[in-house]
Amino acid sequence: MKKNDTKSILLVGVGGQGTILASKILSEGLVRKGYDVKMSEIHGMSQRGGSVTTHVRFGTKVASPVVPEGEADVLVAFEKVEAVRWLKYLRKGGRLVVNNFEIYSLPVLTGTAKYPDEVVEKLEKEVPDLKIFNAGEIAESLGNIKAQNVVLLGALVKAMGLEDIDWESVLKELIPPKLLDLNLKAFKAGLEQ
Amino acid sequence: MKKIMTGNEAIAQGAWEAGLHVAAAYPGTPSTEILENLSTYKDVYSEWSTNEKVALEVAAGASMAGGRALAAMKHVGLNVAADPLFTLAYTGVNGGLVVVTADDPGLFSSQNEQDNRYYASHAKLAMLEPSDSQECLDFVKEAFDISEKFDTPVLFRVTTRICHSKTLVETSARKEVPVKPYAKDVSKYVMAPASAKKRKYVMEDRIAAMKKFSENTPLNRIEDGPKKIGIITSGISYNHAKEVFGDEVSYLKLGFTWPLPEKLIRKFAGMVETLYVIEENEPYIEDFVKIMGIQCTGREKLPWVDELTPEIIRRAFFPGSEEQGGYAIDAEVPPRPPVLCAGCTHRGFFYEVGKYKDIVVTGDIGCYTLGIVPPLSVTDSVICMGASVSGGVGFSKAVEKAGRKEKVFAVIGDSTFFHSGITGLIDAVVNKAPIVINILDNRITAMTGHQENPGTGRTLMGEATHQVDLKSLCMACGVKEENIRLIDPYDLTLTKEAVRAGYESSEPFVIITTSPCALIKDVIKARTNMKCVIDQDKCIKCKMCMKAGCPALNFRDGIVFIDRASCNGCGICLQICPKNAISREV
Repeated sequence: MKKNDTKSILLVGVGGQGTILASKILSEGLVRKGYDVKMSEIHGMSQRGGSVTTHVRFGTKVASPVVPEGEADVLVAFEKVEAVRWLKYLRKGGRLVVNNFEIYSLPVLTGTAKYPDEVVEKLEKEVPDLKIFNAGEIAESLGNIKAQNVVLLGALVKAMGLEDIDWESVLKELIPPKLLDLNLKAFKAGLEQ
Repeated sequence: MKKIMTGNEAIAQGAWEAGLHVAAAYPGTPSTEILENLSTYKDVYSEWSTNEKVALEVAAGASMAGGRALAAMKHVGLNVAADPLFTLAYTGVNGGLVVVTADDPGLFSSQNEQDNRYYASHAKLAMLEPSDSQECLDFVKEAFDISEKFDTPVLFRVTTRICHSKTLVETSARKEVPVKPYAKDVSKYVMAPASAKKRKYVMEDRIAAMKKFSENTPLNRIEDGPKKIGIITSGISYNHAKEVFGDEVSYLKLGFTWPLPEKLIRKFAGMVETLYVIEENEPYIEDFVKIMGIQCTGREKLPWVDELTPEIIRRAFFPGSEEQGGYAIDAEVPPRPPVLCAGCTHRGFFYEVGKYKDIVVTGDIGCYTLGIVPPLSVTDSVICMGASVSGGVGFSKAVEKAGRKEKVFAVIGDSTFFHSGITGLIDAVVNKAPIVINILDNRITAMTGHQENPGTGRTLMGEATHQVDLKSLCMACGVKEENIRLIDPYDLTLTKEAVRAGYESSEPFVIITTSPCALIKDVIKARTNMKCVIDQDKCIKCKMCMKAGCPALNFRDGIVFIDRASCNGCGICLQICPKNAISREV
């Protein structure tokens, strides 16, 4: 089987959390750096509370737009239980970034399913390279919880060692001017995680 | 510099570069963004058509007039458009005609997983299958040339992963192609039996010419590598195969997949020791190869169901090898199904209908399909666009024969009603079916992301236009005015009364709900400060309010509360609460 330099990132979350915008910013930055980039998203029912997953892959020449199971270099979970759902995609030794934030799905809300306990403890035991923090709180302290996606993006950029890309100019292009300052701060806060 | 584009954006760009004049579609995931993007190119006329059959006929008419035309639809949409499709293969084209079919392996948002490549072999149409966004752009330009060269509509087959993946694309300028002149030619365009038979001979000559083309076009190419294993593949499967096998095998990469290139396949098979066919869903290429008498391996290792992925290919062809694993923890992950949004206008209607145990709800395609999700759980069937109404007619007739008492409530959205519900309504009226047709009119095609429809009053290109009035339409079809109710579905008292009246009626009855989708920008704005709150002193934790399945309502740590961020103050929970514990802040 082939080996190449393709890097794989999987972003998972719940509709409305801004995963798709984060992936868009990420892909754009990678394109500017001169990588071959492929990004794939499944968003058919995202607005209706379903799971959202985005695959981002980059390297000299990327084949499939889909991250194969067990091959994600970084898995970024915008919601805690989504980290568990997609954990098998993270390669051994890969980094897991988790937003310590819970969104209950309808079966949990109505009591037909249970939100699992001690997820953080279990993840800490199992995954050596784990970064877990509350991006929502950080974003809220900066002025708006909605910027949590960009906080997580900052943490991802750090995890991948991609700080040398001019992210500020990418953010300037993709974020509306009145939200730019907030998002620049959010990105920086993410880098510091 | 190269741009990163989705397959859908690249199809739009490519069609525009090819000098496209007219484009038509009905929205459907994963194809919707093709027309949304095309509508931003002002030198193309783009429209949302009433349904896919209309879209293809609009495009075919434009082609006949001499323009380059494109129709786009999801896979099941092509079933609706199949009638014109098969006969357009006889007439051929004047201006180039490209029909995009966007299939959905994995059923991410569809009711079935049909493989539309068989439409090409069945209708005898040239077919192209791109593998990434660059090929979407290049191939669509090629498709217009092929269409005009061979006088045939071209089927352009993509899948969800092609439509919704972004890859790098080199764009270029538009080639201005003049609209060709039109000359009356009944032997070509009037498909009466005698002329159609003659056209079928013309078609056979065209197929012979296309077979030759298929052997030599660079759309079909051999990628030379080590000869121990050879892989025949197309579409997204090519990328997945490359991911797994890399450059350690040879490939026959097929981009022109009807008619398939017999000689090229034979040549490739002769070059390699072992031949694999890697394709998604149906063994379309594999069967062809096997019929040629060539041994190959594909379906016996690959699944019939679901989307193909690199790991599925890896497990199939390298069993046990290098399972890289990933992680797992011991925790049961709760499901996260899509649900009706907080504040959805459909919720109250389903809540009231759900109170009747002898109502059978024939459902339809749209957000309101989610009426099936617990705790509402009211829908009995979902088949295809329009089947709620016509299926409901049949159900009521069999119930009558059996002397049973179930009452049929057909539930259909505004866009779906315009698409395929009107014919069913006429059927119900003329054939005296005592069913209740519920048009959940939220003024937009919601499920696919808010596209205009005949009730919106605006065209795809942003012009104000006539708004079809549902009540007058129903009356014109013969529904009596006293059997029509227009209700605000946020008002449970009105909703309850209308449901009761419909339930008791022995004639065709129509309920039209009249609140716009809660996600329409102006609606969000207008309701932004409307929130419902629970007075914890009055709440007895009976959780009755949660029976309407609103995701804004939470029960945690022994208290019921409303998530302010998602609540839009619709007030359904407030009306359900037996203790008046919920109030609305305005």
